[in-house]
Amino acid sequence: MNLFNVIDEIQKVDPEFQDRISPRRDAIKNITSFGTKVAAAALPFAFSTLFKKAYGQTTSSVNDVLNFALTLEYLEAYFYNQGLAKTNLIPAADKGYFTTVAGHENAHVAFLKTVLGSAAVSSPTFDLTAKGTFADVLTNYNTYLAVAETFEDTGVRAYKGQAGNLLGNQIVLTAALQIHAVEARHASAIRYLRASKGVTIKPWISGSASVFNDTGIAAVNASYAGENNTVQGGVDITTLNAVSGKTSITAAIESFDEPLTKDAVLAIVSPFIVS
Amino acid sequence: MKTLTQDLQSEGMARRQFLRYAGTGAAVMAGVLTMASCSKDHSATVTNDHVDLGSGDIAILNYAYALEQLEAAFYVQVAATPYSGITTYESALLTDIRDHEVAHREFFKAALAGNAIPGLTPNFSTINFSDRTSVLGAAKAFEDLGVSAYNGAGYLIKDVNYLALAGKIVSVEARHASLIRNLIAPGSFADSTVIDANGLDGAKSPQQVVPIANTFLSGKKLAAPSLGIY
Repeated sequence: MNLFNVIDEIQKVDPEFQDRISPRRDAIKNITSFGTKVAAAALPFAFSTLFKKAYGQTTSSVNDVLNFALTLEYLEAYFYNQGLAKTNLIPAADKGYFTTVAGHENAHVAFLKTVLGSAAVSSPTFDLTAKGTFADVLTNYNTYLAVAETFEDTGVRAYKGQAGNLLGNQIVLTAALQIHAVEARHASAIRYLRASKGVTIKPWISGSASVFNDTGIAAVNASYAGENNTVQGGVDITTLNAVSGKTSITAAIESFDEPLTKDAVLAIVSPFIVS
Repeated sequence: MKTLTQDLQSEGMARRQFLRYAGTGAAVMAGVLTMASCSKDHSATVTNDHVDLGSGDIAILNYAYALEQLEAAFYVQVAATPYSGITTYESALLTDIRDHEVAHREFFKAALAGNAIPGLTPNFSTINFSDRTSVLGAAKAFEDLGVSAYNGAGYLIKDVNYLALAGKIVSVEARHASLIRNLIAPGSFADSTVIDANGLDGAKSPQQVVPIANTFLSGKKLAAPSLGIY
């Protein structure tokens, strides 16, 4: 992970970025020549500051979003690293899933730290049992899977809830959306694994008029609050045509994931944070 | 409080009024200079040889609507003519996905109302619907493409409410992509062919995605001069 990977990411997002950049984004027009004039150690911070200024969002507001994301990624990375380090927790057949997920969470930590530079928060100390709520999380695979599922679904909701704060920001919003989608892939895969163990669960968040938490674990209700919403942008999805008849409430719930506010996410993860 | 649907309708209305005032007809719609001179979003139009997605947020929503039309039509066909050897579990999952994609399609149609592009005519002649490998391979391609399309277009959205809606849909598409990949090869839900070394999913511009989508359309192709797609 280094700065040049970040530059690569930008070029992947938009190969013609330099050509089509608008005048008010002049700040990043000649990024390469700018880079050569800055001491290497100071580059990541200066670089990210440039991105943020170019899109009319204050550095502090964008950094707040990124540090919030980084804190969640620290927790996820720690959770998977600890799980993989336990010899008898994850069955051999499932190890590949977790190796993949852990690799991404560690990559997200490294990526966000690079973008934030010296503004990056450091990792909290974690208690994966959440003060005893999940006492056997690192010894009982079913508990581990359940907590993994909740972390991923919550992560998806957390990123989704921050998108509006990055409106129009080609670099940071796009990267956040790219991470958001990876977390959703993880959530689907962990749910798929849980289903393979006999748990009644789908890769997507389901529910009913009375069920917003489809995991069967009441302790994680807060992570699923509002997930059974069926009205989107003023449109009641259950009034729309389906292949036959109208859209079922189940399909209406499953076809849209819901965001969570930063405060709601912090309240969910706070039992996992010691300091 | 206005709904998003009303917002979109009024945006389209403003554009139509502008055009009438300017004395321009539909044929002029494709002119780039006309687009650039008008700060209002404009609605979709159909010319002799293409379907114009419009401009501004309407263009992005029509872009999403077009992709959802393709995905919905694909899964409707998959559910109607199940591939050889399909399991009960696979059938249930693919039927769920069909229902999600149809809901997405109908949502965009309702939200765009008078600004929506017409129904497109898919061409899936390259897909063998009786063959599991062909169907799941196509599903994987559609889902991965859909995810990267939403990721790559997100920053183009100007209205924060539309961005939020796109966010609500794209994670469901990513859940689909993950599941389809695991059906093809367990554990391949987010492998290095689709996620890069920084742990980032794909992001493709409309200029990259529309030509791919057009290969699955018979008849009129998609265009969006406002996005540099002709």
